[in-house]
Amino acid sequence: MSEKKIVLDARGITKQFPGVLANDLVDFDLREGEVHALLGENGAGKSTLMNVLYGLYKADSGEVKVNGENLILSSPRDAIYKGIGMVHQHFMLVPVFSVTENIMLGAETDHRATPNESPLVKLDRKEVAQKVKSLSQQYGLEVEPAAIVGDLPVGVQQRVEIVKALYRNANILILDEPTAVLTPQEADDLFRIVHELTTRGVSIVFITHKLKEVLAIADRITVMRGGKVVGTTTPQETDEHQLAAMMVGRDVILTVEKEVAHPADDVLLVEKLRVRDVRDIETVRGVSFTVRAGEILGIAGVQGNGQTELAEALTGLRRIEGGTIQLAEKNLTGKTPRIFTESGLAHIPEDRQRHGLVLGYTVADNMVLCDYYKAPFGVNGVLQQKALDENSRRLIQEYDVRTPSPYVSAGKLSGGNQQKVIVARELSRANVKLVVANQPTRGLDVGSIEYIHKEIIAMRDRGVAVLLISAELDEVMALSDRIAVMYHGEIVTTVDAKSVTREQLGLWMAGSKVQQPAA
Amino acid sequence: MDWRRFSFIGLIIVILFGVVVLIGGEQVSPLIIISSMLATTITVATPLTLGALSGIFCERAGVVNIGIEGMMLAAAFFGWLASIYMNTIFEFNAAISLTVGVVMAIVSGGIFALLHAWLSIAFKVDQIIGGTVINILAVGITGFLNRQLFFEKGSIFGGNVPHAPGLLPSLSKSLTFLCGGEQGCFGLPDLISGSVFDQKPVAISAIVLVAVSHYVLFNTRWGLRTRAVGEHPKAADTVGINVNRMRYINVVIGGMFAGLAGAYFTLESVPSFEPLMTNGRGFISLAAMIFGNWTPFGAWAAALVFGASQALQINLQFFRESIPPNWAFLQQSYVVGLAPYILTMLILTGIIGKTTPPAADGQPYEK
Repeated sequence: MSEKKIVLDARGITKQFPGVLANDLVDFDLREGEVHALLGENGAGKSTLMNVLYGLYKADSGEVKVNGENLILSSPRDAIYKGIGMVHQHFMLVPVFSVTENIMLGAETDHRATPNESPLVKLDRKEVAQKVKSLSQQYGLEVEPAAIVGDLPVGVQQRVEIVKALYRNANILILDEPTAVLTPQEADDLFRIVHELTTRGVSIVFITHKLKEVLAIADRITVMRGGKVVGTTTPQETDEHQLAAMMVGRDVILTVEKEVAHPADDVLLVEKLRVRDVRDIETVRGVSFTVRAGEILGIAGVQGNGQTELAEALTGLRRIEGGTIQLAEKNLTGKTPRIFTESGLAHIPEDRQRHGLVLGYTVADNMVLCDYYKAPFGVNGVLQQKALDENSRRLIQEYDVRTPSPYVSAGKLSGGNQQKVIVARELSRANVKLVVANQPTRGLDVGSIEYIHKEIIAMRDRGVAVLLISAELDEVMALSDRIAVMYHGEIVTTVDAKSVTREQLGLWMAGSKVQQPAA
Repeated sequence: MDWRRFSFIGLIIVILFGVVVLIGGEQVSPLIIISSMLATTITVATPLTLGALSGIFCERAGVVNIGIEGMMLAAAFFGWLASIYMNTIFEFNAAISLTVGVVMAIVSGGIFALLHAWLSIAFKVDQIIGGTVINILAVGITGFLNRQLFFEKGSIFGGNVPHAPGLLPSLSKSLTFLCGGEQGCFGLPDLISGSVFDQKPVAISAIVLVAVSHYVLFNTRWGLRTRAVGEHPKAADTVGINVNRMRYINVVIGGMFAGLAGAYFTLESVPSFEPLMTNGRGFISLAAMIFGNWTPFGAWAAALVFGASQALQINLQFFRESIPPNWAFLQQSYVVGLAPYILTMLILTGIIGKTTPPAADGQPYEK
């Protein structure tokens, strides 16, 4: 590959936050028309670096050159002016505004020949909508200018963000964890768009912690760890293992190691289960399956095919319309979540911040959310602080939760550590017979994923039944002993995990009919 | 603002007017009753309309303002005080004194709002508490100064309240004055005089400001940015908008609206100041703002409902004798006087459909 012009060059960027050195003499450059992936675990300093380049944070030291010109970026306005656009992980769009309004916000008169700085200048919604339309056609980014952003699917909102940057004539685009919130199809769409953009001369910084993506899309890869750059490489020179090791700082086992399963009796028995979702649409439509002690049943499927409602029904959180749920020979149909829990259910919920933790509570309190009313934690309705303290200290040690103390509120921990608090609480309880793990590693870094996978396997080996629901096909394939494919609210087939290929599962997930009889 | 809400408002106003027409229709022509009630409705709705606009500017920018009541009270006092000073101490004529009074009212509303903005934005004080502070402060300052300046022996006005320079004139009177006589302006003053349109300056400006606010909020750069800052401040920040600056300015603009509402009390409605004279209007304004779903026209319509219920109360007193015996409860003026408060409660329960506040309303912005 010929050496192209360097459009963005950051040297010696250092940024200190109270207690953390987020960026320590970081060097980073971007060439014209390339995709430069920035890889690192959560907290490695990727986002800090990008926020410095975008003018949201001011670096303590270091210099930034854009197109060879030395810059002091003191606000996003400066960055935008220099052609730097950023698509944040959590979209910076006003949900109640239309696409047009979101795109013109902060650049209300940029479409005019002579910009007008008056605060009371009239908004030219029609003219801007026209320009948005032509931009979106030019780059193949379909968006409807009049649509209200809050009504759009996540993938389309992301497109709006990209159009918003292009509207401001961005030729350097920073994408911060762009695939974290996308379905696999939407992600494929994004890759196509990224490709399209680079052929038109846009240079892209692609921030992620997903190794496969990096190898698929990047021209160069820079890995960060603990606020420092570990190294820069290309997809041709490296592989997943090496990248993972660079990210984590030690060898990481990417393939899950597990013994042969020894399934015993049926623990969970689900028959003809039917569930409606919040919009009152039946999304689980007559599902039957069993999970045996000592095995992991994986549910594969594209998100939104009923997995969320299935998990909620199986944990007592959602009323069921029909069918039965039996756990350890006890009929739990229509029972409350507490009865499910007391019958031996451990639940790792899909959304750890909303359903897994009370973010404002301390780690210690979060660790007894299932048992607080029982001895030794609750005696005659009074919490036993000493028991809580001992319990939390023990679990923090056992499950390697990185927290300054048990009395930090759970919201202050990183995503990985929040998940460990949930895993510790759920899996450490006596008498667990079934684990329902829904998206247990979503948004986590490689180190945490490895850890949580190990814990799930350990539960299985202890003779617990595990139901694993995940949108990550690789995760389902790596962990499961059997795999059930869910499509459109039904289980299409259940197969032995060892005898099925990724491609075959992908086809079933996309709705193709099952030809051969299921294993 | 949806058609359902507007038709509900129309219905209530028709009912309130209808009650008076039914009772008094035999003595006085219904046309006269309706036109007089309409005029009262618009007049009484003035401080509520302005108060609601005040709330809209603050909350659309993301700052909850329950201090409108206090801002109105303070403005009513300081505006009145300024007009008296100008008139009695500096011996300006009534027109100049009243104008300075109005300006002073607007400025003092702005200053109290600046205090609220400072507490909420710079110190991130809970905005409900900040607003309460403003309310208590306004009651305290106005009560104290009122006593010190006018009622204490040896005070500047020597223990007796001086004559106020009068009240702001109605439209017909102003026109007469400006055109140099009844016959000027093509006889317009004569035509307007005594009609629904013969309102005073603050009342007229309130209506004009409803339209202006609507235009500014929904059709200008300032409005787009203000709403963005109240819905998703971080998004605004990332496109280079100074969130806190937008909030400061909008809260102060809101305070100035409340200040103008204050001027209504002492310079347009009655020529005197009473402690606590705003009497909850600031809070009813907030109800109007909510009922109007944070839109100027919606809030105005809601303010008119409150105005109409007060017009009912006032007009029923004229026709006390004609109230049929089985409606006797209407003779008790406090029963009718409850109407605005009952309406407020009904509205806030969300019976007439849900309203949605700006998403970042009340949340301090942190990067």
